[in-house]
Amino acid sequence: MARKLLLENAHIEGIHTYDVYRKNGGYRSVEKALKSMSPEDVVEEVKKSGLRGRGGAGFPTGMKWGFIAKPEGVPRHLLCNADESEPGTFKDRYLMEKIPHLLIEGMIVSSFALGANHSYIYIRGEYMYVLRILETAIAEAYANGWLGKNIMGSGFNLDLSVSPGAGAYICGEETALIESLEGKRGNPRMKPPFPAVRGLWQRPTVVNNVETIAAVVPIVNEGGDAYAQIGIGRSTGTKLISAGGNINKPGVYEIEMNITVEEFIYSDTYCGGIKNGKKLKACVPGGSSVPILPHYLVSKTAAGQDRLMTYESLSDGGFATGSMLGSGGFIVYDEDQCIVRNTWNFTRFYHHESCGQCSPCREGTGWMEKVLHRLENGHGKIEDIDLLWDIQRKIEGNTICPLGDAAAWPVASAIRHFREEFAWHVKEPKACLERNYGLVADRTFETVTA
Amino acid sequence: MKEVGRITAQFPEGMQKSALLRVLHLAQAEFGWLSVPVMDYVARLLHLNPVEVYEVATFYSMYDTKPMGKVKLEVCRTGPCMIEGAERIVKYIEYKLGIKDSETTADGVFTLKTVECLGACGYAPMLQAGEKFHEHLTEAKVDELIEQYKANPVVNYMGM
Ligand SMILES: Cc1cc2nc3c(=O)[nH]c(=O)nc-3n(C[C@H](O)[C@H](O)[C@H](O)COP(=O)(O)O)c2cc1C
Ligand code: SF4
Ligand code: FES
Repeated sequence: MARKLLLENAHIEGIHTYDVYRKNGGYRSVEKALKSMSPEDVVEEVKKSGLRGRGGAGFPTGMKWGFIAKPEGVPRHLLCNADESEPGTFKDRYLMEKIPHLLIEGMIVSSFALGANHSYIYIRGEYMYVLRILETAIAEAYANGWLGKNIMGSGFNLDLSVSPGAGAYICGEETALIESLEGKRGNPRMKPPFPAVRGLWQRPTVVNNVETIAAVVPIVNEGGDAYAQIGIGRSTGTKLISAGGNINKPGVYEIEMNITVEEFIYSDTYCGGIKNGKKLKACVPGGSSVPILPHYLVSKTAAGQDRLMTYESLSDGGFATGSMLGSGGFIVYDEDQCIVRNTWNFTRFYHHESCGQCSPCREGTGWMEKVLHRLENGHGKIEDIDLLWDIQRKIEGNTICPLGDAAAWPVASAIRHFREEFAWHVKEPKACLERNYGLVADRTFETVTA
Repeated sequence: MKEVGRITAQFPEGMQKSALLRVLHLAQAEFGWLSVPVMDYVARLLHLNPVEVYEVATFYSMYDTKPMGKVKLEVCRTGPCMIEGAERIVKYIEYKLGIKDSETTADGVFTLKTVECLGACGYAPMLQAGEKFHEHLTEAKVDELIEQYKANPVVNYMGM
């Protein structure tokens, strides 16, 4: 049975309450860190653990913490990124809803490591009910002396607050998140300066994903070396994967980063195979932004090796034949799904969510959406495929923040692997609409058959 | 007002602007939508220039700057929900209520809004009404929901 470090106790009745959480070993890492470790010791354990950011980019957490500036007399901040808006991703919600105290415990230990005395959890506005679960848990933590002044007589002070967004994917980008937390529009900032030097209110700031911060708890409890022993290569520890799409058992799974993609999709421990006995067509393994993989590159890499659920293996082959682990938003497509429609849908999403600061992103996403819409709806021309290729190339790398790349990659990979399907939409303009959806605009609802 | 005080107290002296997003949620829960007088009121509460409030209210998709029905049905339309039938659910609601996306029923009870991924992709298709997530939607479930909200057009939002 796979080891679980984060969700092991998630099924215990009442684990969201302080008493049950504490009885099951909760807050041990705070005791350990505050009583017997220095902040530097905690950073050192995190470095040893090899933990990489779980928000999408996979940057080594210990190294990031090492970059935080420490000017005399200037407060520092830890911000938890609970914006979770990458399509396909719903793991952080699960974690916060089931075991809110795990995140709070992680926030305390991580804030201690960074020397932050007021930390914030920025949560997407649509998770308002989760915000209230967190606030209830935070009140319990204050009441039991884990937050506030002089925690456990250690001299360490920490306040923890939760602040909501209001419906903007871009606020998951760390500098946009900071702007939003300052009460402004979520426009990403130019880097440098990096948040580690000038972040929230121009103070040194670290932004970390919910799951990253939660993982610090077992790292402190068991030691960084023990954590690093799980997984393969530079993919250490466990990862939460939120699996959705056409599978038998969608949901949130904690995996050790050593299982194969094949096992993840087909075993009953995880996704339980493709729904309705259909065949696998494609998979987006790390949230909507990462390249889509056609079925023949899902279980095996181009070199013929088993593909593993790790950072390295999922990106094996680069963008030509690989993808990315990303945020762990695992989306599975069966043989009936239309790649053009899916690409159009994602592009519409990015166009909707572009903050509009850079013209390649603002105009390019809108243009791609239009071209994809006409392809999908039977008005496309064969040149449109090259046109799309051209637009996405002009966006990638030419923007302030990575949303531009995130919008470009799904289009590039869809064309790369499914060019024939795009061409088929041009040659058989009505076939797709009739085959897949029964939702042609000029039909009334009653005449639609399922 | 007490709630506003509690929220602003979470930020350091002089940084009360950080409370803006949350206070706008409160205002919207109270008044149903963010009219100019409501936004001006929020600006006065937080000692901000009204423009600072307008630009935030128009940036974020959860804020409504025009009147809404009592119950907003916010249906996710993004990829993972789409491949599990979200488009059919939207069509079905449009057909049931006789309105299109972002319209309100004549009795002022329902507004239909399509939205982007709400972090429930594994439980698709889904919609949000107030704070509540309704997941694994079917046409029968939609019928039920609509009946329920017709009888009692109240949703819980911001705990209000
Ligand atoms: C457009 C965009 C959206 C993002 N959304 C999220 C998000 O919802 N949650 C998240 O943790 N990180 C998100 N990120 C990544 C963050 O910018 C940042 O890298 C991350 O929060 C760092 O935390 P980590 O090192 O713990 O992963 C997003 C990045 C971009 C460019
Ligand atoms: S890339 Fe897009 S989202 Fe990012 S700053 Fe530029 S316009 Fe805004
Ligand atoms: S795609 Fe609908 S909730 Fe994520």
